[in-house]
Amino acid sequence: MSLIEIKDLHATVGDKEILKGIDLTVDAGEIHAVMGPNGSGKSTLAQVLAGNPAYEVTGGSVTYDGKDLLALPPEERAQHGIFLAFQYPVEIPGVSNAYFLRAAYNEVRKAHGEEEVDPLEFADFMEEKLALVDMDASMLNRSVNQGFSGGEKKRNEILQMAVLQPRLAILDETDSGLDIDALRIVADGVNKLKRPDNATIVVTHYQRLLNYIVPDFVHVLVNGRIAKSGGKELALELEDKGYDWVTSGAPVGAGAA
Amino acid sequence: MAGSAAEPFVEAFDDLTSDASAPAWVQSMRRAAFERFGTLGFPTTKNEDWHFTSVSPIVDHDYVFLAAKSGDIGRDELAPFTFGATGWYTMVFVNGRFAPGLSDIAKLPNGVKLWDLASAWTKAPDVVDRVGKLATYDTQAFTALNTAFMLDGAVVQIAKDTEVDRPIHLVFVTDATAAKGMMHPRNLILVGKHAKATVIESFVSTTDAVYFTNAVTEVSVGEGATLQHYKMQRESARAFHVGTIEASQARDSHYISFSLATGAALSRTNVYTTLDGEGSGATLNGLYMANGEQHVDHQTQIIHAQPNCFSREMYKGVLDGRSHGVFNGKVYVHPIAQKTDGKQTNNNLLLSETAHVDTKPQLEIFADDVKCTHGATVGQIDQTALFYLKSRGIDSALARRLLTYAFAAGVLETIEVNEVREALEKMTLERFV
Repeated sequence: MSLIEIKDLHATVGDKEILKGIDLTVDAGEIHAVMGPNGSGKSTLAQVLAGNPAYEVTGGSVTYDGKDLLALPPEERAQHGIFLAFQYPVEIPGVSNAYFLRAAYNEVRKAHGEEEVDPLEFADFMEEKLALVDMDASMLNRSVNQGFSGGEKKRNEILQMAVLQPRLAILDETDSGLDIDALRIVADGVNKLKRPDNATIVVTHYQRLLNYIVPDFVHVLVNGRIAKSGGKELALELEDKGYDWVTSGAPVGAGAA
Repeated sequence: MAGSAAEPFVEAFDDLTSDASAPAWVQSMRRAAFERFGTLGFPTTKNEDWHFTSVSPIVDHDYVFLAAKSGDIGRDELAPFTFGATGWYTMVFVNGRFAPGLSDIAKLPNGVKLWDLASAWTKAPDVVDRVGKLATYDTQAFTALNTAFMLDGAVVQIAKDTEVDRPIHLVFVTDATAAKGMMHPRNLILVGKHAKATVIESFVSTTDAVYFTNAVTEVSVGEGATLQHYKMQRESARAFHVGTIEASQARDSHYISFSLATGAALSRTNVYTTLDGEGSGATLNGLYMANGEQHVDHQTQIIHAQPNCFSREMYKGVLDGRSHGVFNGKVYVHPIAQKTDGKQTNNNLLLSETAHVDTKPQLEIFADDVKCTHGATVGQIDQTALFYLKSRGIDSALARRLLTYAFAAGVLETIEVNEVREALEKMTLERFV
């Protein structure tokens, strides 16, 4: 059984249709890259899968781990192992990173009928997670994302991913605004979190990130549909020829994984 | 004074002034203020400064003036209000009267002097002669009433060049014996040239009784001096509280005020400062949180009377239930106050359909080379942030509470006294999470 199966997914924001029939299947153990020009619907796809209520699903289905994903509120999706790394992580003044991470971790544990962990147990648990994204423990005492640099915010997203250990991670433009060192750290963290039973969807505009997180499949999203799918070499070809190559040449709406 | 607003207070006033322990000038000021109060009467909502706040819930009760010492409060009962701090210079007033047994002022550093007002009339006459000079009662009925009944309170004098090593905490606490009583605490804070001090005023209660606190604090910040002045209004849920702070600032001084208001059925806090010396600055921040039927009103006034001064103001309100918040922020810039740099914000978070807020920024600028901005918002929980938390598995109710806390924490983080900031963060977190 596939981990997630997206069929003919349509979604709108306001009156505007952004997703116009997405088909995508991801199996456990795979990394899929979703690429595309600005406005193609990449981020919308990521937000819709995570359950952002700002987007309305108007058609199609998403089956995740045998469940109707679209019927679940965002918090239950997260509890069932969906994780979205935000393109623009939100600042939450006054709530420490440690408190936030432990609250999230405990909510997910509770949902699985596991006992909550106390702050001391959690501090032990955090040590290796921090090392994974090369973050200092002092970051835990700061307010969530407040005053963080762009790189720190993205690392904090991957730290959350490490804590929640999702089955399906969706990285939304995690590479945007990162210098090469930060990019390497973030990619390294993602790679170390890869297991045979989980999967990753990497949403990106640039091929650069895919040098570090090597995808099994690459999909090109154009105007709300997957216009082309292929292996990792497709990303290089795109880098070479630009998105115009797909938008002008490929048959629209034909591709699927 | 038959028929006037003063009538219910005549007997108590006569009792107070028949005791001749206060000097003659104080007695005559009390009389003049009482007469003025009789003329002014309690403000009505026709008065622009009270447009959104009706004081009739206050006026509808009869109060006994708590002139004598009363109450029975132990040190352990004060623990919830002392921020877990030790070693602070603390003056405690129980039901309006100084309680030396609960206070810690035996070991004051050089340059710091503290008196209770009732004995300062004779012990420090050249200090208390400033009383009534900074807060005027001509137009302010509650200040007039306070001046008529001023009996006790704290007198704080910081000598020039003195940097006080720890906060001075003035605790006004009521217990059950304050029921149906009224108190008019009167404080005077004088900060000398280039001195630096922190004064915290707490209005707290161990009871849920109905009582009326009408406090006035006069503040003078000397040349180059810095005063951090915190006011914590955590009165009984059924109490009435009117508190007025009037500050006057000399050149290059910095007055930093924080007003917390969470208590009382109806409260009004006035924070007024006059930037009366070039290069001075005022930072006025505050947080009000109300629920149920509570009414919480703040009026601030910053008078830019000299050039090259700055003012920064940030007030936040969290209103739930059927509560009503009011914020009126006045900024006056005099014609000579060129290069004034003023910024004011007031953000309100409404947690229920029935809570409401009236916010009124009020800028009157008579100079032409100034930079003044103001902004007020009234809103609900930020949906993007809410989704962010939910996407981490946090359920909707907890996510809302966390974000409410975060909203309030945004202004609490400006508090520089760690013990106060941490205690208020904890209090706010427990309130919402």
